[in-house]
Amino acid sequence: MTEPLVRVENLTKHFPIRKGMLIERVVGAVQAVDSISFTIERGETLGMVGESGCGKTTAGRTLLGLYPATSGRTIIDGHSVHEARGSELMQVRRKAQMIFQDPYASLNPRWTVNSIVSEPLRVHKLLPNQKARNERVKELLELVGLNARHINRFPHEFSGGQRQRIGIARALASEPLFIVCDEPISALDVSIQAQVVNLLEKLQDQLGLTYLFVAHDLSMVRHICDRVAVMYLGIMVELAERDELYENPLHPYTKALLSAVPVPDPRKERERKRVILTGDVPSPINPPSGCRFHPRCPIAVERCKVDVPEWRELKPGHHVACHLAEN
Amino acid sequence: MTNARKFLEVKDLKTQFNTPEGTVYAVNGVSFDLKEGETLAVVGESGCGKSVTMMSIMRLIQIPPGKIVGGEVVFRDTDLLQLSEEAMEQIRGREIAMIFQDPMTSLNPVLTVGKQITETLRTHTPMTQEQCRARAGALLELVGIPDPIKRLDDYPHQFSGGMRQRVMIAMSLACTPSLLIADEPTTALDVTIQAQIIELVKELKKNVGMAMIWITHDLGIVAGLADRVIVMYAGYVVEEAIVDDLYENTLHPYTLALLQALPRADRRRDQSLKSIKGSPPNLLVEPRGCPFAPRCEFVREKCIAENPALVNVETNHKVACWVDVKTGALR
Repeated sequence: MTEPLVRVENLTKHFPIRKGMLIERVVGAVQAVDSISFTIERGETLGMVGESGCGKTTAGRTLLGLYPATSGRTIIDGHSVHEARGSELMQVRRKAQMIFQDPYASLNPRWTVNSIVSEPLRVHKLLPNQKARNERVKELLELVGLNARHINRFPHEFSGGQRQRIGIARALASEPLFIVCDEPISALDVSIQAQVVNLLEKLQDQLGLTYLFVAHDLSMVRHICDRVAVMYLGIMVELAERDELYENPLHPYTKALLSAVPVPDPRKERERKRVILTGDVPSPINPPSGCRFHPRCPIAVERCKVDVPEWRELKPGHHVACHLAEN
Repeated sequence: MTNARKFLEVKDLKTQFNTPEGTVYAVNGVSFDLKEGETLAVVGESGCGKSVTMMSIMRLIQIPPGKIVGGEVVFRDTDLLQLSEEAMEQIRGREIAMIFQDPMTSLNPVLTVGKQITETLRTHTPMTQEQCRARAGALLELVGIPDPIKRLDDYPHQFSGGMRQRVMIAMSLACTPSLLIADEPTTALDVTIQAQIIELVKELKKNVGMAMIWITHDLGIVAGLADRVIVMYAGYVVEEAIVDDLYENTLHPYTLALLQALPRADRRRDQSLKSIKGSPPNLLVEPRGCPFAPRCEFVREKCIAENPALVNVETNHKVACWVDVKTGALR
């Protein structure tokens, strides 16, 4: 078996909370991501789902090295992201790119499409001169389904879906192997979402890309991903092959999450039994003891309040962190 | 429910906005009705006019730049568009209440939640301060907020997103309105919280017996909530049907395309998503022909020349389209 393209080992990101004006001291930490481990194979799409504040975006950013990790590491194509320096770091940055959620905020409004998309080419000194870069930008625009003649336009002249395509073209400019897609479609209308998702799939086939697809839309994740990881309050609670996860979820949180997803079928909706969770997600500053899900868990027992559940492989390829996953 | 009388009837409503770029044709002759106790879902993408339609019904459109150009909104035999501002204030909050998408921006951050809930009561009822407070506490309890009396003195920022939306619902229910208009109330919320809110609203609706208009872009929510659905595109109603018919016997190409563009969490993937080509319409151009024609896969010459009217083609099922999507022939 070949080495996976991305290997994440016990990755942890805590944001310190400081207090005091002159003498600043750290009084606590937001435990955004706590010791998550997984791998992504070459050409695979791994979905990462969870609700707001579960740490999925922080996980994506930390594993790319956009945030320094509190502990743990990421190996991308043989390079340790957080230890790499100098030219090795540039190598990692070139191979691993990101597509952001908000197509309005992630493009500089004062730059032309040409400057935006050619920036990675300039930074990584991939092409010798301006002319070659212009040609490459035009090629990239065509690749993502934009008109190459619009190269000198500004972001405000494009619709949301088109802007997201510009973001994708920028991510592709440095010929990456791996792209973290952070909620790339959640700001778009339904009719445009399908266009962007189909584009991402086409590019994956053409260029052999590997994706980490961070999203809260569970229907879209089932459609686009090969395997899916579920996050809750900074920890990974379940990871399995797509259909296995949706058809045989083992963690009570995954079960509740899936039962809450509305399905566009009135008959099915009327017959469905929902697991309605009570309360809200607790604060990641003082996460609950034991299993972090126990205060909202419908099947929690005494043990869940004390023991942190182990990350276990219950069936081949199906991992879960729950004491009671067997029953 | 089917025999209940119509108590809201919107006829040929037209709303436009004057902007420096020109006139925005936001709502272009929308008609629909609502029976007592019924839940109507209004579905469409951003800019389709669904919110502007509801704001026009509530007379909450800012004039200028907005203008209700024509039409009638008949609520219990009175045309709301003809009422004086004072008379309209008696209807808003008391007869028709509204909840909005973003519970943080629709609550006043510098007033306690209790103050904001009792405001409606003090405006519309002769209750004393103590009575108002007791009623506000009861309302918070009704929407499932723990420790309700104590929480009346809290400010909006002390509540989570889901809890704020519960506060909004409590406010809207204060005077037991006969119609609740909900404008994407769960769009800003997570799925598990969304499920909580939808369950709560269904429960309240059953107990209070009010009618509801639920605006959304999510065809999944509609399936589990609505009795009847209208689909809007570019300021027009393009299809209207009983909820089961809309999904099982879809008649408009736009509705069909929306359903085919949706991935499903309950099914194994069988093929790529069918995307709708092009982008949403430009509302600055005066409508001519069918607004969906440039993106429609069934498009004919007639569609570009003439806009089809919304007509009854089957029992309780209206569509605005020249083409029969099942046979591909012109109607």
